[in-house]
Amino acid sequence: MTTLAMHASDGVLNAPASLLFGAVAAVGLTFAAIRARKELDERTVPLAGLVAAFVFAVQMINFPVLPGVSGHLLGGALAAILVGPATGALCVSIVLVVQALLFADGGLTALGVNITNMALIGTAAGYVVAVALRGLALRSRGGLAAVSFVAALVNTVFAAAGFVVEYAIGGQGAVSLGGFAAALLGVHVLIGIGEGLITAVTVGAVASVRPDLVYVLRARREQREGVIP
Amino acid sequence: MSTARAKGTWFFVGFALVALVIAGVLSYAADSDPDGLDSVTRSGCTEVAGELHGSCPARHATEHGLAGSPLADYTVGGNDALTGIAGVAGVLATLVLAFGLFRLLRGRAPSGEDGSRKR
Repeated sequence: MTTLAMHASDGVLNAPASLLFGAVAAVGLTFAAIRARKELDERTVPLAGLVAAFVFAVQMINFPVLPGVSGHLLGGALAAILVGPATGALCVSIVLVVQALLFADGGLTALGVNITNMALIGTAAGYVVAVALRGLALRSRGGLAAVSFVAALVNTVFAAAGFVVEYAIGGQGAVSLGGFAAALLGVHVLIGIGEGLITAVTVGAVASVRPDLVYVLRARREQREGVIP
Repeated sequence: MSTARAKGTWFFVGFALVALVIAGVLSYAADSDPDGLDSVTRSGCTEVAGELHGSCPARHATEHGLAGSPLADYTVGGNDALTGIAGVAGVLATLVLAFGLFRLLRGRAPSGEDGSRKR
């Protein structure tokens, strides 16, 4: 099995847990689709499509984090900052579906688990951080980069924490949960630093050309104007 | 107005090109070591002839149901020298799916301008 697996495979969690998180993912994506209607408009649809394609591309680029261990972008915080949390969750989900169906990466019964962690939990965590620090993001380009970095790091660690919870519920290997949690969260702090750097550079690049398209920068003004409820 | 629109178009074209170059070219430089999740869930097991033995979270992981599909593992027919082509195909597939979905979901324009273009 020298496969290039980047996400949870089938069989790591038992069938009930896979079903449970398949349902969680379905409910979460339904809410995301409803809310995304408010985030998307004529101007932002092309950017949202491109953000999904960009996340797919960057997820292919595994970078070293420890000897023999790599990491890659998850992309939830990046997408939420650029196109909004609901649209961002859908972007990451589309990437995961394409990977599972076309590239045999990320299990089919594990798709719900992978969507729950990377598209829902990671994206939500990253977005909450970005909104909490929006004052800093609005102050300067450097502030925006710093906020992007922190949001992305938190997104990675929370997505990994999601997998720990799922493994506690329906894991099929006989291992100590504490040791597993520590190892998984530890390595994802390192991966999160890489994710933070990629996110800061990407958001910074978009903001330097089209700051008007960056969701986190425009949401407050448009909320006041009643464009986004 | 036309220059602003041109700038917008170039921004989107540039963004797409960056994604294509990352997936099509930079992908050859990706680290081939297992990622954090894969590495931690396999730690404690040893792999013998494609099977995991020992005690690890991924002990019962099964092979992907579509492992024999043409683009499996970001290759073309199993040939990882063609990873860049698989990557470009993935970027385009993601772009088409995402753009299609977001167009369907797009909230209706608040007024005039776009009103006549609703499907």
